[in-house]
Amino acid sequence: MARSRVVITGFGAITPLGLTVGDMWAGLCAGKVGINTITAFDPSGFNCKIAGQAPEFKIRDFVPKTHRKATKLMCRDIELSVVAANEAIRNSGLITKGIDPENVNINPERMAINLGAGLISCDLVELSPAVAASKNEGQFDIRKWGNIGLELVTPLWLLKYLPNMLACHVGIIHDIQGPSNSITCAEVASHLAIAEASQIIARGNSDYALAGGAEAKVNPIVMIRQCLLQRATTENNDNPSSSCRPFDADAKGSVFGEAAGIIVIENLENAKKRNAKIHAEIAGTGQSTSINSAYKNLEPDGYGLQIAIEKAIKEAQIEPDQIDLIIPHGTGIPCDDMAESKAIHSALGEVASEIPVWPIKSMLSNTGAASGALDVIAATCAMKENKIPSSINCDNIAHGCNLNIVKKTIEKEIKYALCCSYTHGGQTAAVVLKNISE
Amino acid sequence: MSERVVITGMGIVCPLAHDVETLWQALLSGKSGVAENTLFDASTFPTTFDAEVKNYDFTKYTKNIELHKDSSRGSGFAIGATVQACRQAGIDVEVSEPNDGIDRSKMGIYLGAGEGSIDNDAFFSAIIKGWNSETNQMDWIKWANQSFDEMDPIRELEQEPNMAVAHLAMLTGARGPVRSCLTACAASTQAIGEATMLIRHGNADVVIAGGAHSMIHPLGLTGFNRLTALSTRNDSPQTASRPFSATRDGFVLGEGSAILILESLSSAKKRGVEILAEITGYGSSSDAFRVTDMHEEGRGAALAINAAMKDAGVTIDDIDYINAHGTSTAENDSIETKAIKAVFKDRAKNVPVSSIKSMLGHLIGAAGAAELITCVCAIRNNILPPTTNLNDPDPELDLDYVPNEPRKAQVNTVIKESFGFGGQNNVVIIRKWVDE
Repeated sequence: MARSRVVITGFGAITPLGLTVGDMWAGLCAGKVGINTITAFDPSGFNCKIAGQAPEFKIRDFVPKTHRKATKLMCRDIELSVVAANEAIRNSGLITKGIDPENVNINPERMAINLGAGLISCDLVELSPAVAASKNEGQFDIRKWGNIGLELVTPLWLLKYLPNMLACHVGIIHDIQGPSNSITCAEVASHLAIAEASQIIARGNSDYALAGGAEAKVNPIVMIRQCLLQRATTENNDNPSSSCRPFDADAKGSVFGEAAGIIVIENLENAKKRNAKIHAEIAGTGQSTSINSAYKNLEPDGYGLQIAIEKAIKEAQIEPDQIDLIIPHGTGIPCDDMAESKAIHSALGEVASEIPVWPIKSMLSNTGAASGALDVIAATCAMKENKIPSSINCDNIAHGCNLNIVKKTIEKEIKYALCCSYTHGGQTAAVVLKNISE
Repeated sequence: MSERVVITGMGIVCPLAHDVETLWQALLSGKSGVAENTLFDASTFPTTFDAEVKNYDFTKYTKNIELHKDSSRGSGFAIGATVQACRQAGIDVEVSEPNDGIDRSKMGIYLGAGEGSIDNDAFFSAIIKGWNSETNQMDWIKWANQSFDEMDPIRELEQEPNMAVAHLAMLTGARGPVRSCLTACAASTQAIGEATMLIRHGNADVVIAGGAHSMIHPLGLTGFNRLTALSTRNDSPQTASRPFSATRDGFVLGEGSAILILESLSSAKKRGVEILAEITGYGSSSDAFRVTDMHEEGRGAALAINAAMKDAGVTIDDIDYINAHGTSTAENDSIETKAIKAVFKDRAKNVPVSSIKSMLGHLIGAAGAAELITCVCAIRNNILPPTTNLNDPDPELDLDYVPNEPRKAQVNTVIKESFGFGGQNNVVIIRKWVDE
């Protein structure tokens, strides 16, 4: 049975650069930085006090009336995914129950959803009164918790923090009855979600899918973990706009943030039949894993990432010199950036030092399970606009990173773009996008 | 090109056993893995019992103890289950140059794996230090100071749900597609289903697939107790999990890991390993109904069962046995029964359905994989495992639930159903291996 080609027909993003894909692209083009001093909580006791925070919004404005009550069960990660999904579906021209219940033009059973999600941390302020009520002589007393504290926890508390609840809420709002999966592989989660959803469509199990990811890392527990693991930069608290410096000689660590990026994908025939605007084709995906006993970081030679890139290129049936743009994972953690540079070189060979590389976490921050989808959306925008905006904060490339970081905006047709990613557990992924505009 | 997918190895670490054969014998003798909670003091919780993995030592399975010593409970269980499964399938572990005929770039890992427990002492003490009960505000400076003092970086990292697959990659050298999903109670069935697709369509030759999870920790138990999802039959833990009975009052929280080696038929034949069963069908759907409830008529469940049968190319007449999700909650068992009736119509009462959660408890993310392993045993032994504690049948629930005693039967084709909180439904179909 022939496998269907899979194309992107819609996208949505809420990021530190704004509430929409338009805001994100305009910000990226202007070299705007979405990183600032944390306002979600008082960060003065943290050694990293900055993060990428999304603009304020009211979730009730983004859900149909029938789902308003359920917004009480949404943690921040869920809210972000609902906002981005709403934009993605509207952008695609598909009409779901959540957009207009009178004029639905999808078959709910033929639509899939596949979202990457992070390790969702609870709202400490919400939980704290119950913990405080379980105090005995200055210590937490588990028996008192069972007697008193537990009763103070809101009955549906657990449901707010299960990673599958992103896809659950979005699926209910838009009446998506096909396969639903929630990939929990940190920073590669949304690349994997996009890869898996593409495979679901390619093999004919669904006609269209929502795919991507969301994560809200501006949470005290998440931020303290990044500090403890020495991933977050602690030396740039006073200079948020120059804090995240992928591949730069002065890089001191990453900066974390919150975002959601979601795309609508469907099989090419279906998209053509309904005259959808086609943003790009998912031409190839690849994945592998880094194997490093010091698994806090990527293996130094980048081999696991190299394999993922090679697989994606092979699946796209192209040669390395056909790639016009690379959006790397590029976190600003020096040893990881170096390993990624090696992986790109090993996978692509000589042309690796020529292909424009555009790291965007310097502006968007590292948004975990959302980051891969944001890269795919940014690459798609670049294809549509025939433009690679200038990168920022890479003034002197780090020794050993031999990449052609985009220093000045490039205006040209982009036929193929490569996005790649990895996690601090080892999983690696790559996606090749193809420009099929005529 | 479409590859047939077979199972060539199985391993388990669960409340009833630390190997598949012992588990199977325990299920046939109706043993229960449920007892008082010993992992923390739950004496004042609404539920004081659970199904724990007992006397398990992961260091028996690895030479690199240092590498795995900080892993979460779930990851630790996965190490044992994976080593067992790899041994059976003839897959080398912890060797730098494997000699098992498997290209590591075509060996994947796909787990339905849960997050690890938070570091309870550090977590609660930081809140106590930081929270001001008079102003109802957190002093984040105090909270952060205490957290920096008490939290261990590696223990925090090991809570990430992708760490179980990371440990398995280090153990086996797998460099193919590595994914981890967490669709609540349906996660490992989904992982096995999607892993099957990776092999069928040529993305991998071998996938180490299954689940690993433990939510037996104070906040996990709190969350499920608050949802009133758990049985509170504290005076009789071993009879608490009673799927399909009139007096069922919730599920029993369990933990563990179950791993299956999925392999393309051509790879298994080339390597000359024993084939335990074939995976022929996978179906996945979502309820898209309510955050808190399953669809009243089991619409999503029926859709997934039908999709799996279509994928396997079988009809309702071909199904010899259904291994149920059967959680022992009022809602699940009733709606699962409705879904089976909707799909099987007149034949529904003639298809045996059983839930081993009656003995094993509910392994959450790992449940589907553990139950699928027992389906393979059922096929290989032509015996159906029973639903125990079924002494007071619910008059509304009138299928053949194989009550209390195992039953001899010709078992060729089996359906495994798993349904997750939030409405993900996943169904896998396996059948007796016939070389044709």
